[in-house]
Amino acid sequence: MISRIRSRFGPEIVAVVLLLLAFGFSAFREPRFLDAEYLFDRSTLYMEAGILALSMTFVIIAGHIDLSVTSILALVGAICTTLVSKYGLPPVAMIIVAPVVGGALGALNGLLVSKGKLPSLVVTLATMALFRGVAQILLGDHSLPMPKELVGIHKIQLPGTYFHVPMVLLAILAVIAAGVLHRTVWGRWVTALGTNAEAARHAGIPTGKILIQLFTLSGVAAGIGSMLMLSRLGVARFDHARGLELDVITAVVLGGASIFGGRGTIVGTITALGLVGVVQTGMGVAGVKAEVQVAVIGLLLIVSVLFSNFTARKRGR
Amino acid sequence: MKKLLARRELSLVVAIILIVGVAVALQPRFASEQNIRSILLWVPLLAVAAMGQTAVIITRGIDVSVGSILGLAGMTTAILLRDYPQLGVGGAAVIGIGLGAILGAINGGMIAFAKVPPIVATLGTLGIYRGLTFIVSGGRQVDDYQLPKDLMNWSLEGPALLSNVPFINSIPWVVWIALLVMILSHLGMTYTSYGRDVYALGGNPDAAALRGIPVNFVTFMAYVLCGIGGGFAGVLYASRYGTVNPSGIGNGFELQVIAAVVIGGVSVFGGTGGAPGVALSCLLLGVVNVALSVLAIADTWQMAIYGLVLLVAIIADERFARSARKRAGEAV
Repeated sequence: MISRIRSRFGPEIVAVVLLLLAFGFSAFREPRFLDAEYLFDRSTLYMEAGILALSMTFVIIAGHIDLSVTSILALVGAICTTLVSKYGLPPVAMIIVAPVVGGALGALNGLLVSKGKLPSLVVTLATMALFRGVAQILLGDHSLPMPKELVGIHKIQLPGTYFHVPMVLLAILAVIAAGVLHRTVWGRWVTALGTNAEAARHAGIPTGKILIQLFTLSGVAAGIGSMLMLSRLGVARFDHARGLELDVITAVVLGGASIFGGRGTIVGTITALGLVGVVQTGMGVAGVKAEVQVAVIGLLLIVSVLFSNFTARKRGR
Repeated sequence: MKKLLARRELSLVVAIILIVGVAVALQPRFASEQNIRSILLWVPLLAVAAMGQTAVIITRGIDVSVGSILGLAGMTTAILLRDYPQLGVGGAAVIGIGLGAILGAINGGMIAFAKVPPIVATLGTLGIYRGLTFIVSGGRQVDDYQLPKDLMNWSLEGPALLSNVPFINSIPWVVWIALLVMILSHLGMTYTSYGRDVYALGGNPDAAALRGIPVNFVTFMAYVLCGIGGGFAGVLYASRYGTVNPSGIGNGFELQVIAAVVIGGVSVFGGTGGAPGVALSCLLLGVVNVALSVLAIADTWQMAIYGLVLLVAIIADERFARSARKRAGEAV
């Protein structure tokens, strides 16, 4: 039984153990880590990354990557606030417009990868620049305000608890994502695509359609993430979430998803996201500079892939 | 295949002429000596870094850490020159380039021997090298008055030998250095066995391994070359700008480098392209960059333009590759 769990969830167990270690160490250094209110307050920063990480888990399991998600997030924010402030879009409509625009941008990636037969890495590298560039054209160096009534969603708590709305949203989405990934045919198709794309096509799986759906999903997630981020920060800027793709990809890979495709779990991704959050918060409390924090996350990403390559080789794959 | 490459280089030349023509028509000031000089000064950094990235992309890899390599090597060179001026500009430059090679070797080692996918390895080191840049500099910048005049002169003065030739005499050392690097890269990629191995590996990795090409070593060396290019560009950055800021130097530069290489005809599907095309595309990007500022188009447009042109170049490559496959299929 134990060995079965270990062979099926090895990488996830590593992530859980690392999370406990990092948490224990941080709590030892900084007692505030044991204060639930402080923890839930700090965690609001990671809900946007969490939503991006959910869709990235699917993309990476399918053997692809989406570097442009954070740029989609910024562009959706720029488009929505521009529509509201210059073209009189009712603020509440942003909640619908954001995921739709995000989905459309993601679908463009998907079409290029699927119909254009282009590698997702290069396509999304180009659209990463393109989308953020368009956001920069729209906003320049200025920021546009988020409508007042939509600001501060992260401060609304479920009555009687410390749980705030973004966290509840992420929890619901995570449960749905886990259900779709592990319990539906579509989830299995995604996994099959990442295990062996050629074989998946021969097995009659509509691989092209799935690719478009995956990147669209990624864009929709970025649209939702954009609304959360704008609500938290109160303004849209072209450089929102710049570099956040590193945190997102690190969370997914550290959480046990194979960068070569074919394996991964939502539980692992969420656990690893918690790890990234604890490590960053711990460093922030210790006064480590932001740039050095990025270096540590980069190291975490590389070490997790090195580690999984090493164990895979040991298993004789 | 020769024809295919020639077509890309020809279209780059046409694009350069077109953009220059439009820019001059709209704003005659574009053709001034000062402007041509600023284009010429803009290109070397990019070209030197792009030469190394060319080898990486030909092997079907990618190095997104090159901006951070440029940053760490340039920062280190500047700090060394500030604190130990007795090293001399040459000595510090050699150390900067050597550091670039080591950083590239770390990337290459992980990719070639530990089989970490290039994007993961270099996305990680993108963050790590930038963090190290902060650590070595303590977060403080090096100002131009702290750097030796000799280094600045690389970007100001040309070879004394040419001082009597009109116009040519105002071309500074950095341009000649970049030209030399491009020529050496072209010769290296065309006439050495290593260069041929790089193309063979990019064209068909399985066949390359079967033919006994040391695939791991060739891959490893491509990243070392990319590191050397990044390190050298870092030294040139210090010469060109004087002020070296740990968060500014080379930040986001990887996009320009990768765009230059791909636009220059190096296919992301591997195995094709080379130094002449990349050199032309660096010149093209330099012309575009200066044209944008002369025509008073806000630099907020720059990133979108890079992204769009990169996307178009990738799609064009795929079209070429597809039609080439089709022709090959018919011939067989």
